[in-house]
Amino acid sequence: MASLRDLRRRIKSTENMQKITKAMKAVSAAKMRRAQDAVLAARPYSKRIRGVLGRVALASGAVKHPLLAVREPKKVCYVIITADRGLCGGFNGNVIRRVTQELKGAVTEISMITAGRKGYDFFRKRGYNIDGQFIGLGEDIKYHTAQEISSLVIKKYTEAEYDEVYLVYSQFVNVLVQKPVVMKLLPAEPPAEEGQAKEGQAQKVNYIFEPAAEDVLAELLPKYLENAIYQGLLESKAGEQSARMTAMDNATQNASDMISKLTLSMNRARQAAITREISEIVGGAAALE
Amino acid sequence: MSEKTQRLDIVTPEKKIFSEDIRFFVAPGSEGELGVLPDHAALITALKIGLLRIEQEGKKFNIAVSGGFLEVRDSKATVLATAAERAEDIDVDRAEAAKQRAEQRLASKTPDLDVLRAELALKRAINRLKATGR
Repeated sequence: MASLRDLRRRIKSTENMQKITKAMKAVSAAKMRRAQDAVLAARPYSKRIRGVLGRVALASGAVKHPLLAVREPKKVCYVIITADRGLCGGFNGNVIRRVTQELKGAVTEISMITAGRKGYDFFRKRGYNIDGQFIGLGEDIKYHTAQEISSLVIKKYTEAEYDEVYLVYSQFVNVLVQKPVVMKLLPAEPPAEEGQAKEGQAQKVNYIFEPAAEDVLAELLPKYLENAIYQGLLESKAGEQSARMTAMDNATQNASDMISKLTLSMNRARQAAITREISEIVGGAAALE
Repeated sequence: MSEKTQRLDIVTPEKKIFSEDIRFFVAPGSEGELGVLPDHAALITALKIGLLRIEQEGKKFNIAVSGGFLEVRDSKATVLATAAERAEDIDVDRAEAAKQRAEQRLASKTPDLDVLRAELALKRAINRLKATGR
């Protein structure tokens, strides 16, 4: 059995660890609230730009646009959004696992653009070709970052460096659930509008376009892309913070359990020591008689 | 008799900044300004940097938008703006500073100058100032 002194030391250090995890939990709870507000505030725009894009695409028919060009997928790019930091449970691991799943059996040429340090480190170590990396995204996601990523993607795509582009990120479902998702960014597939898909073509509204539908589409597509990436960044941020909060909550809980277990064995050890001393004294006294 | 109104939503990538029933608005379309009354025909247009002039039950006010799109359908108008600010939210000092910065950049004529970007920045700054001016 461990000595009394060892037990005391272990209790002390576990208590210190618990203080840290508790503090981290409080910090990420505050950050999570902010990040969560940002995601929810950004969702209407996303939803609407998708709607408008769908309707414009429907109205403009088979328009040729460099971002709509479908090529045989020989060179595929993954835009991977992870967190910059760890200590958030399986958050980064889940995204990375999702990517590795996608890559399994792929014979295509693969390149990656990573946002967040964790994804970058992982795939760089494994020798993947990383064309762009965005690290140190900070707590407040800037729209600018999304613009940089999307202009890189657009450039590579129009130069036919990529034939397909996918976005992999963690969707923020709720505080306890983050779901890694893979979304096809390019060639852009204008989402079918829910209402129109159900009610058929009769519902098709004849829009006036100013300028022509093709031109609107040409302006809309890059914005759509930017927004998809921006939304991904926000979702990922909110997910990261809530994953960290949950992880730290568990850690604090585990530390409590550990402390109570250790305290119990410490008390036992102390009791045993006292008992032993008494019996030694009694034994000593008996020997004198 | 209440006047006929239409719904106007203004959303930016960051958040929804306006969602109210209004009577009339003028939008800075890429092909020229256009006014929209309730029951306007369905329309989708690109917007350029400019002012969204809104009339709402006797009130008139401006919202500065820096490009985006406008969709009108069933007396519901949606502005998808890259950035949008209500006149009262605009920080005049900051806008003034941004304007001067952009002007300086344009005037300096350094070889690595991104003229297009500087011009856009200047346009946005002027636009923000205009929104507060009235």
